[in-house]
Amino acid sequence: MSFISRGFRGKRRDTASSSRVPPGQYVVNDFPVLSAGPTPRVALSEWTFVVEGEIDQPKKWTWEEFRKLPAEEVTKDIHCVTKWTKLDTVWSGVSIDTILDGVETAAEYVMAFSYGGYTTNLPLEDLTGGKAWVAYEFDGQPLHPEHGGPARLLVPHLYFWKSAKWVRGLRLVNEDQPGFWESNGYNMYGDPWREQRYWGD
Amino acid sequence: MARAAVLGRLNWQLGSVAELVQETPRVSSLVLDLPEWPGHLAGQHVDVRLTADDGYQAERSYSIASAPEDRRLAITVERLDDGEVSPYLVGEVQTGDKIELRGPIGGYFVWRGNDDRPLFLVAGGSGVVPLMAMIRHRAAIKSTTPTRLLYSSRSQEDIIYRAELDALSAAEDSLTVAHCLTRKQPPGWRGYARRIDRAMLEEVAWPKEQNPIAFVCGPTPLVEGVASLLVDMGFDAASIKTERFGPTGG
Repeated sequence: MSFISRGFRGKRRDTASSSRVPPGQYVVNDFPVLSAGPTPRVALSEWTFVVEGEIDQPKKWTWEEFRKLPAEEVTKDIHCVTKWTKLDTVWSGVSIDTILDGVETAAEYVMAFSYGGYTTNLPLEDLTGGKAWVAYEFDGQPLHPEHGGPARLLVPHLYFWKSAKWVRGLRLVNEDQPGFWESNGYNMYGDPWREQRYWGD
Repeated sequence: MARAAVLGRLNWQLGSVAELVQETPRVSSLVLDLPEWPGHLAGQHVDVRLTADDGYQAERSYSIASAPEDRRLAITVERLDDGEVSPYLVGEVQTGDKIELRGPIGGYFVWRGNDDRPLFLVAGGSGVVPLMAMIRHRAAIKSTTPTRLLYSSRSQEDIIYRAELDALSAAEDSLTVAHCLTRKQPPGWRGYARRIDRAMLEEVAWPKEQNPIAFVCGPTPLVEGVASLLVDMGFDAASIKTERFGPTGG
């Protein structure tokens, strides 16, 4: 530690939770909203979720069909690249393992895409094995549009821009291509514990 | 990753505080000498990292206020009393102190100045900072892009860059600034005296037929409200770019 900010003490957090806060992050109690444009308006009667790309039979659900899939409730810490971390957030939704059940694919990557045009790229293995969900409830309530409702991707082990709001589907792809923020200076992978915020981190 | 290797890492660098400008009672600009600064685009931000003597660190993001053409980099910071970093930057830091930062960051909420579309800028409070970088950039390159800023503040004394905005808009017909004061208005106030609403946007915004591009920055309720009203008014959603500065942060 070569540089010290003269006169800076900082607000220390309690040690019980500090092991859950990645480097450079701080804990918030509210739920900040971040998005690059207007919140898309998605009517549930028109909402669909698809799995497409490198797959023999693309899959598609309407809202009614999707809500009949087995749901899980999970409690996770989430980490936004803008530095806030929110502990113990409670979500309900469908595991990606359930969504991809029976799918055979040689693809190793996924482009998640959203109503409104947002995209984000992830390795497929970061979405499977109980690590990711399509969530439609937060804290027991329908997910608010500002936070990505009707449904958003939830990939809590990566920075939260990977948890695409207003998600519309997953495209299985052979090559890792940058999504929206990944084309605008942000990291291709985004591991908060390695502080992979930006290009080159 | 090959891509990362090509683009390189945004390394932490030390800048020294050349000047402190008190903009309002709670807001100051820090003007920095940064020998290794790679340049930036109007609208981008930096990450600031503070380190205590025992190694404890805190990081926050701040928008760049200066134009790319300016000799020095400036950030403008609002002091949040329960914050961790902003009370240090606005209150503790003195001229000559060193600040560690990296950037520039963000490639979407930017205005390059090479686009003829009219600019509609909407700011709430310190959300004006990245928009000021655009206005300063516009002035520096002598752009005549028709530009309107609608700027919401709590009171007159909370208006950041007030004198500079007055001077720039007086000097240049293609730039107009409309203020609204939501909590307190001075006697004889001729600007708006309410929160931004649809009627105000219809008066100030460019008609959609002119294909404007909108940049909206401020607290979440303002940003969500304005972006949604602009969509209602027929603005192309893809031409509305948003950025947030909420009470969270510090």
